[in-house]
Amino acid sequence: MTEACLEAGRLDELLQPIVDAHHRDSRLLLQILREVQNALGYLPAVALTAIARAVNLPRARVEGVAGFYSFLHLTPVGRYRVLFSDNITDRMLGSVELMDRFCNRLWIERGKVSEDGLVSVETTSCTGMCDQGPALLVNGLALPRISAERIDRISELIRAQIPLADWPGEYFLVEDNIRRRDALLSVQWPAGEAIRAAIARGAEAMLVEMRLSNLRGRGGAGFTTHIKWESARRAACSGEQPARYVVCNADEGEPGTFKDRVLLNSYADLVFDGMTVAGITIGARNGLLYLRGEYASLLPALQANLMRRRLNGLLGTSLCGQADLAFDIEIHLGAGAYICGEETALLESLEGKRGVPRIRPPFPVSAGYLGQPTVVNNVETLCKAALIAVNGGPWFAGLGTKQSTGTKLLSISGDVERPGIYDYPFGVSVAQVLNDCGAGHAQAVQVSGPSGSCLATHEFSRRIAFEDVPTAGAFMVFGAHRDMFEVARNFAHFFAHESCGFCTPCRVGTALVANCMEKIANGHGSQYDINEIFKIHRLLHAASHCGLGQSACNALFDTLHKFRPAYERRLRSLDFEPAFDLDQALAAARQMTGRDDPAAHFRLGPGTGVEP
Amino acid sequence: MSSSSEMSALAPNRKLRFATTSLAGCFGCHMSLLDIDERLFDLLERVEFDRSPLTDIKHCGPCDIGLIEGGICNAENIHVLREFRSNCKVLIAIGACAINGGLPAQRNHLDLGQCLQEVYLTGPGIVGGQVPNDLELPLPLDKVHPLHEIVRIDYFIPGCPPSGDAIWKFLTDLLDGRTPRLGHPLLHFD
Amino acid sequence: MRAQYILVDGLPIPFEEGQTIMQAAMVAEVFIPHLCHHPEFKPQGSCKLCTVKANGRYVSACTMPAKDGMEVENNSPDLNDKRRTMLQMLFVEGNHFCPSCEQSGNCRLQALAYELEMLTPHFNQFYPDRPLDASHPEVLLDFNRCILCELCVRASRDVDGKNVFALSGRGIGKHLIVNAESGRLADTAFSLADKAAHVCPVGVILEKRRGFAIPIGRRRYDLEPIGMQVEGQARRRSGEL
Repeated sequence: MTEACLEAGRLDELLQPIVDAHHRDSRLLLQILREVQNALGYLPAVALTAIARAVNLPRARVEGVAGFYSFLHLTPVGRYRVLFSDNITDRMLGSVELMDRFCNRLWIERGKVSEDGLVSVETTSCTGMCDQGPALLVNGLALPRISAERIDRISELIRAQIPLADWPGEYFLVEDNIRRRDALLSVQWPAGEAIRAAIARGAEAMLVEMRLSNLRGRGGAGFTTHIKWESARRAACSGEQPARYVVCNADEGEPGTFKDRVLLNSYADLVFDGMTVAGITIGARNGLLYLRGEYASLLPALQANLMRRRLNGLLGTSLCGQADLAFDIEIHLGAGAYICGEETALLESLEGKRGVPRIRPPFPVSAGYLGQPTVVNNVETLCKAALIAVNGGPWFAGLGTKQSTGTKLLSISGDVERPGIYDYPFGVSVAQVLNDCGAGHAQAVQVSGPSGSCLATHEFSRRIAFEDVPTAGAFMVFGAHRDMFEVARNFAHFFAHESCGFCTPCRVGTALVANCMEKIANGHGSQYDINEIFKIHRLLHAASHCGLGQSACNALFDTLHKFRPAYERRLRSLDFEPAFDLDQALAAARQMTGRDDPAAHFRLGPGTGVEP
Repeated sequence: MSSSSEMSALAPNRKLRFATTSLAGCFGCHMSLLDIDERLFDLLERVEFDRSPLTDIKHCGPCDIGLIEGGICNAENIHVLREFRSNCKVLIAIGACAINGGLPAQRNHLDLGQCLQEVYLTGPGIVGGQVPNDLELPLPLDKVHPLHEIVRIDYFIPGCPPSGDAIWKFLTDLLDGRTPRLGHPLLHFD
Repeated sequence: MRAQYILVDGLPIPFEEGQTIMQAAMVAEVFIPHLCHHPEFKPQGSCKLCTVKANGRYVSACTMPAKDGMEVENNSPDLNDKRRTMLQMLFVEGNHFCPSCEQSGNCRLQALAYELEMLTPHFNQFYPDRPLDASHPEVLLDFNRCILCELCVRASRDVDGKNVFALSGRGIGKHLIVNAESGRLADTAFSLADKAAHVCPVGVILEKRRGFAIPIGRRRYDLEPIGMQVEGQARRRSGEL
């Protein structure tokens, strides 16, 4: 967007309909910022001022929110904004080389806008296309299965300035890749089945079923769902607008996880049924679905579904013909922030703020969205709740293991023949899963993403269950030929990029760890740096504000224990080495002085103490 | 570091060899060392100086303790620091510059090439300027670094400069076999 | 009703319902290191310097509600070691060249570093390059020293009612901003009379033409270490000093 468009009059013309459509509600700030950016290409300073005025917030607050999310831009970006998914699984499928190829084709540099303003290229955290990577996002839309040939074609389309709408449709085709169906994925009910079942049971009886089911959260933490529901139902509402809320956490940001994408794409009715069942059970009339920005392409179909449900009496007042029941659902889009998967950060983001995890207690069940009792559940958890409404708690408790009832969706990617979604009863062994997905020579599996655990071959007999190997669903397989140091290095950068920066240990610690990994990768590492990683790991684990920091070094810790040679073969000495290249540090001075004599170089090995 | 001959070198009945140098610093820390005044005689009872501005010995031999003032801003600093590290069993960084880069490091947000250009070529009043390129001159590094970013450092005496009393406390602790500690008011960063 | 107590390093400290560990400790003049906490403002819990172990779990003393019988580990080698590491992180994240800072000697970051015997920043320096803001007639902002404690943010919002300060960016890129399209303090409603002008624990918000007014040796933490200043009164009362 050119400066001409930013004249005051023209700006107002663009802004008014957007802020009006959101009732100038400061709680919808993130949605407003997204849409204004869609209109202007980025968020110039004058636009932030105008938005702040429209929603009656201090300007600095608006700038603070805009500066938090990685999909919002305070400086111009290309008219084609290309983001390469940078999960380790994308890298294993050649994403780094493809990005280089793309940059060469278009004569652009990563992180910079082309001189004509046409295109900019960056990497982004995992886009949830690991089963069909490598993937990229162009202006927010996902393109999976990128190949060299496609890169060349995409470069041409961009150079010819072809609108995205006219690009080949198959480029945007996202497959479900469902490989194994069990209790959840074999459901073929009509929309509303679970709601009718829950209404027939009644709220208190529904709570009993939830208790009997022993359902635990599928988002990673594994908190018992009925306790959340019961607490929220019993908690007092407060203030001028007393209410309870159901929030569906569809901010599926854990690298390697993509089950929610499939559920929202092909089982959306089950998700919405589950939210509605939760609403009926806890006495909420409002549901909010927080959809990660990377899944924006799912939004139109989801909105259409909600409209259909309203027409069919599955949402709105007189739910399923019951005059005293009402429930409706709003969808909020995220804007590139993994931390918003943490439930209290998600609530902050839903309120239009920076996605910073709250201090707990109080917990969301007593003071959540807008300070009201709120249940925050994962997409898959809500689907399971819908199943329980229909089939009852004892049926659910009969699946899986005693402590981990029901089934679990695994998002399988990496070095396997059949990547995709697998629905397993809890208790399945890692070896069984590896066998089913066609993992030939796996040396490691990263279970539950970078914040989870890295299992080596001697642990493949362990079972997927809360009592053994808990997981939010990611299951990334690494063949024997993979370099486990590169896996850990990718994860270290992920956490440094995604730390919200609220607390000291995580903000600085994740950056220090990423620097340590770069130092080792660049051949400047020593035993000293490995000790540093352990030390920072212990601190982050103890003192971080939330789970992101606490688990940020898990993968490094695991790989350092189980794949230590991958680190050691990169070490330069057992003592200490500087993090930078000494000879390179003299390059600027060499250039300015025109010197190239031996004293203008460091050619001897470091640590020799010998002068040239 | 752990062979028996080196262990015996730490025996208290032998004078310890002590080397000092100033790298990218102002010699203020050395002035503070002299500020221990008549206690210098006590110190000389227990140590003998190797390379140091006080002895004018040009290169460091095997030493027990090395004391380094100043950060690392050029190629020569690195060579000297490495000479100390490979010869000294215990290396002490003394003063703000050695510990965090100090005043010289305040150039780190500037581009070195542009700095040299402005100072020697394009600054006000310069006609026919030239960036000095004599082979005797060590080349500056693009950034200034504290010592611990280049080699492993065993002890740190902060201060700009640390007082003579702080240096004395630190050295006597070390010589007496105690882990050195600086409490209030000896510990300060300015 | 019987008074309620927590045990801080074995010392019984009374508290009132709703108080945090930090609040109870402050009333009892027991020193728990902290930077982002200030008794006049809502607890924030971001610096993590006040990390203690309560009933065996690491928690922030400033946000954790006190519970009767709670055993709090505070002044222990493990906790002080972690606190020292976090101080080192703050020192390398910003540009804390104390000799050139007007706040030196009155700086809480520096005082805590003395208290916890931090002799070196240990990590590699980040050397941030954040431009100064000298636009305001009375006050200078040096963002390179910001430790992101949000005390100025809270003071300006909750006391001054001006919202002059806020945070933007995230992760290691998180930074303090002011409430003006120009990004300049002069274009905000900020004034030297604001509470926000006087809460910075480090040397970011500095009154102009006042620097180095107190000579070295007579500044706040030259006189007495920060921990003693908190605990001194209690000890004086009990006759120890």
